[in-house]
Amino acid sequence: MAIPFSYNLRNLRLRLGATVMTAMGIALTVAIAIFIMALLAGLKAAFVTSGDPLNVLVMRKGSQAELSSSVDRPALQAMKYLPGIARDAHGEPEVSPEMVVVIVLPRRDGTGEVNVTVRGMTPMGIEMRPAIHLASGRWFNPGQREIVVSNSIHQRFGHANLGDTVSFGKGEWTVVGVFDAGHTSSDSEIWTDVNQMATDFDRPVFSSVLLHADSAVAADALAHRVSEDQRLELDGMLESAYYAEQTKSGAPIQFVGTVVAFIMAIGSCFAAMNTMYAAVAYRGREIATLRILGFSRPSILTSFVLESIALSLLGGLAGILLMLPFNGMTTGTSNAVTFSEVVFRLQLTPALLLKAIAFSAIMGLIGGLAPAWQASRRDIVAALRS
Amino acid sequence: MTLTQFVAKNAFRNRRRSALTMLSIGFSLLLLTLMMTVYRSFYLSKGSPESSLRLITRNRVSLVFSLPIYYRDKIKAVPGVVEVVPANWFGGLYLDQKPEHFFAQFGTDPQDFFKVYNTWKIPPDQLAAWQHDQAGAVASAALAARQGWKIGDRIVIKRNIYPVDLELTLRGLYNTDEPADSLYFNMKYVEEAVPRAKGAAGIFDIRVDSAAAVPRVASAIDAMFKNAPRQTKTESEKAFQLGFVNSLGNVKAFILGISLAVVFAILLVSANTMAMSIRERVREVAVLKTLGFTRQTILKLFVGEAVTVALMGGILGSLAAGALVSVIAHSPSMGFFFAGIRVNVPTLLVAWLVSALVGLASAFFPSYRASRMGIVEGLRHIG
Repeated sequence: MAIPFSYNLRNLRLRLGATVMTAMGIALTVAIAIFIMALLAGLKAAFVTSGDPLNVLVMRKGSQAELSSSVDRPALQAMKYLPGIARDAHGEPEVSPEMVVVIVLPRRDGTGEVNVTVRGMTPMGIEMRPAIHLASGRWFNPGQREIVVSNSIHQRFGHANLGDTVSFGKGEWTVVGVFDAGHTSSDSEIWTDVNQMATDFDRPVFSSVLLHADSAVAADALAHRVSEDQRLELDGMLESAYYAEQTKSGAPIQFVGTVVAFIMAIGSCFAAMNTMYAAVAYRGREIATLRILGFSRPSILTSFVLESIALSLLGGLAGILLMLPFNGMTTGTSNAVTFSEVVFRLQLTPALLLKAIAFSAIMGLIGGLAPAWQASRRDIVAALRS
Repeated sequence: MTLTQFVAKNAFRNRRRSALTMLSIGFSLLLLTLMMTVYRSFYLSKGSPESSLRLITRNRVSLVFSLPIYYRDKIKAVPGVVEVVPANWFGGLYLDQKPEHFFAQFGTDPQDFFKVYNTWKIPPDQLAAWQHDQAGAVASAALAARQGWKIGDRIVIKRNIYPVDLELTLRGLYNTDEPADSLYFNMKYVEEAVPRAKGAAGIFDIRVDSAAAVPRVASAIDAMFKNAPRQTKTESEKAFQLGFVNSLGNVKAFILGISLAVVFAILLVSANTMAMSIRERVREVAVLKTLGFTRQTILKLFVGEAVTVALMGGILGSLAAGALVSVIAHSPSMGFFFAGIRVNVPTLLVAWLVSALVGLASAFFPSYRASRMGIVEGLRHIG
């Protein structure tokens, strides 16, 4: 027969001081684990939602990033009229030659300088990204030294308001607009005219070419066709696949975070164990009485393990409450592929919260097993006499 | 029995509890020591004495852009500069994308490279062999050991930034205490295969004659190219490396946040232990008082006990951290950021001080209450 769970809850309430202190310790551990997981979830979300599934990104064969790739003008002409490329209202093929460079901007809060991606494109390139729209101002005019910045750059960096100037290449560029790219990878970019950029950086070649296919099947076919064309020496891939690959940027955070959470979890397990041992020692006579009343050893064991898990879950919930205000907080890290900063938001997803709860339950289980075992093995007569 | 012996005996009368508390505090202190060590090596240390004489000049806009090679002679003419070499990040792939096969590859000038890195040791015959073979390379002995290379081995680095695969022959191994697990080859190799690489340098490594000259030389170089087509940014090697760390995000706040959480967590653990052990000894306290021990003595007894346990946990944890740090510093995947860091004595002392203070703070309130409790009340206590 099982011991009612309310017995455990009452005991936790009886030893309120010990319960609160142990639970708070676990809460801190869970909070750190949640923080790391939220960082990674936000980073992943930024990359997974980036890229249009109908867009095919073309780079030089062997290049892993637009930054180290180059595509020359003859290759662009050769690709422009490939079958499967969508046409706009004027019958023009939806193809955008793009140039990507990285520049350094100072953070607004004064915590140092950060690499930012500047992407040159044609007006067609803007049309090919329908998910991204203007938040204020206007798009750049071709042939002018004008830039449009993403919302997050507008907020995080100095000199990124409408009318401000940013200096790179051969001189000053004026901010004429701010675009809203949602929480995608483009939210960390500055956009401008590709030909103006080519002049400024003395680069006769493009970094990459973006093709917009008329259907998902055509997109796959286009990517293959470009990759297999011997004359081009280029690789085509779905834009969404290119960004998904960049989630590896989270690797340093993941490594450090896992180590930190793991060490703290071990410490918390010992703390929970300590509290549970004390609880068992304190209730020696009570446990013996339960045994005499007919509760079996397994039910005593289960009861104490459950009590330990309840204690940890309390901590887990406190940890979640502690971290909830951080949901949606904006931060940035270095993109391992583009070497520039990628901005993302901490995301406390339901899946992540479930993981945090499981994490605290496991700490409770590990911390509670040994004391509960001891409680169930205790000799009845000796315990009653103590 | 002296007071110290009494404290020591009491601290371990419940061995399991003391051990668990020590382990719990120990693991937290391990983490705290790690965090402090990383913080110190990133933000407080000035780098090794050799590296403090070195500066790095790069394109002001971004590392991605190169500088004209003719800047080299101009920089060398700046008073205080001893030697300058260009270094070009190749960024190629060795074997595959696995992190254990990742290492930095730089194209440079073999004639002058070891004049800038003059504290790195390479046998003269190996240096000469490198200088005579345009497709030759040198690597740190540590890197060679990790990749299983011997002198004379052929090393193929696949293209990434430049459209050429490097087929190099390992000509020499250098030894240094600094974290420099890199491979260096002759930049002419790439220049001859790729015309656009000609006349360009990614960065310039500079050695100056004294530490005092560092800021002066840095500003002199940047001032010299202020109106040139490509402006420069010159900073100490240490500051240059810190730039990479900072790009990972707000590392400082991250470290401080975790440290704060850790300290708070051990405070809770220690306070909980002390509260438990004092609660069990209410009657004992009353007996001690009856025997004539003063309140202050009793307070001291409990505080001493808590400090003993916390301090021992702290010592265990921080020493374990020292061992862990040396493992991390030599691991292939994390070596890039953490190479060369080690736990030093001041860090250990701070860790011990923190644990002792935590013990003190955690014991104070429960022991104060115990010491104030009336004798009769205490003797009657059931628990």
